[in-house]
Amino acid sequence: MLADQQDRSPLGHIERQVVLPFRKSLEIAFKSIRVRFVRSMITTLSLVLAVAFLCYTNVTIDVVNGLLATGNADVRQQVTRSGYDVQATGDQVENTPKQRWIVFLSLLVCVVGIVNAQLMSVTERFREIGTMKCLGALDRFILRLFLLEAGMQGMVGAGLGALLGALFAITSGVIQYGIPAITSVVWVDMLGSMGLATGVGCLLSLAGVLYPAMMAARMQPVEAMRVEQ
Amino acid sequence: MSVSSSIVRVSKVTKTFQLGKIEVQALKGVDLEIESGKYISIMGPSGSGKSTLFNMIGGLDKPTTGKVFIDEVDIAQLDAYELAWLRCRKIGYIFQTFNIIQVMTALENVTLPMIFAGIPNETAIEKGMELMNLVGLGDRFSHKPFELSGGQQQRVAIARALANDPAIILADEPTGNLDLTTGEEIISLLKHLSAERGVTIISATHDFKMLNVSDQVIWIRDGRIDKIEDREELSISIGTIDTR
Ligand SMILES: Nc1ncnc2c1ncn2[C@@H]1O[C@H](COP(=O)(O)OP(=O)(O)O)[C@@H](O)[C@H]1O
Ligand SMILES: [Mg+2]
Repeated sequence: MLADQQDRSPLGHIERQVVLPFRKSLEIAFKSIRVRFVRSMITTLSLVLAVAFLCYTNVTIDVVNGLLATGNADVRQQVTRSGYDVQATGDQVENTPKQRWIVFLSLLVCVVGIVNAQLMSVTERFREIGTMKCLGALDRFILRLFLLEAGMQGMVGAGLGALLGALFAITSGVIQYGIPAITSVVWVDMLGSMGLATGVGCLLSLAGVLYPAMMAARMQPVEAMRVEQ
Repeated sequence: MSVSSSIVRVSKVTKTFQLGKIEVQALKGVDLEIESGKYISIMGPSGSGKSTLFNMIGGLDKPTTGKVFIDEVDIAQLDAYELAWLRCRKIGYIFQTFNIIQVMTALENVTLPMIFAGIPNETAIEKGMELMNLVGLGDRFSHKPFELSGGQQQRVAIARALANDPAIILADEPTGNLDLTTGEEIISLLKHLSAERGVTIISATHDFKMLNVSDQVIWIRDGRIDKIEDREELSISIGTIDTR
């Protein structure tokens, strides 16, 4: 009887735990994405495109550098003719400031798109978030769920984008310079570019969800429960 | 033995909402004491402040002035962590709009509060199935909310509210979105639970079917308590409703 009383007292000196195990968070986040597949796709689409563009420009450079490394004078001339400043930079080329600026802008637009889509998604999920809070969820459970979802979307979206970008870069390299474009590319460099693009994509996805997720986590349960007439 | 058996105590609670420049006073000083194990109905017309009071008692919103005590603990003193614990273990909520989490199955909805409470998965699933059986939905545990009728969703919500054996169940118009017969079924289920498990049930409603099962009715009007009637007085004043 006494033990029961204690157990039921909110300020009793007993272990008071509210938890959400990491595996369970992953499971909920994954299901959330699967159930809202179309919305997740829309959120991820701009990320796929931006990452594909980033990866495309970097892999293109890798292709050109691979060609230059063969030391073939014909190829060198071809590369120079297609607009790269080979003379100035020795045997290596890199993105021009203008190209980098365009890539940067596309990534910026992508983040804005993600923030926008995630804000909408938070609004759609007000009731769900509020309900979870009524069941005892802490702010950081909600934050964690949103971050996990964004992380997963980021990984898939950015991975896909990197793959697309690399494929596109190789294809256009082959069209422009012929088969050597494929055979002379340094695979480690190319994988590095793809990895970088994927990593940047994941970071962008997380950066884009940060503000919406904090907004969701801080929301009072009563705001979420309001019956909209 | 505790001296007082009151599980909820509301003391001089007011609540004012700011709507742009105008202020709406939804509660104008409410004093209330609720005994453990009773079935309480908060009755009143729409807009009288029932939901506002419900949110105060449930720790979902803070009073503008005044205090709410659960088990003699002032809930304004609780930090975010203790408040979450209170919502998780101490109180079960039932809403007019069911509020089943749409992306989870019925069983997952019922087990979620247990997961928050740190109960291992298998135990939670086992108890979740027991509760699903208790509310008569044992065979629908894997259904998604949209595959369930309103009454069935409300049953899931009741099972979920019971998950951590709360001392109090708060229900805000639990029959408001249900048809007559389904509403009656939900009411008798709640009554059964209150009798069987000794849970204190506090239900805001303007559904007169609730009068039948209530131990006490708190009539609220325009943000104030109009009158509080026990079961016996109720049968005298209305005369026709006693069915026991
Ligand atoms: N969040 C809010 N902002 C402004 N006014 C509110 C809010 N919630 C409730 N009210 C007002 O408070 C009064 C009581 O509302 P409520 O508690 O929902 O009544 P009931 O549940 O009895 O229908 C109403 O006049 C309503 O307009
Ligand atoms: Mg209401």
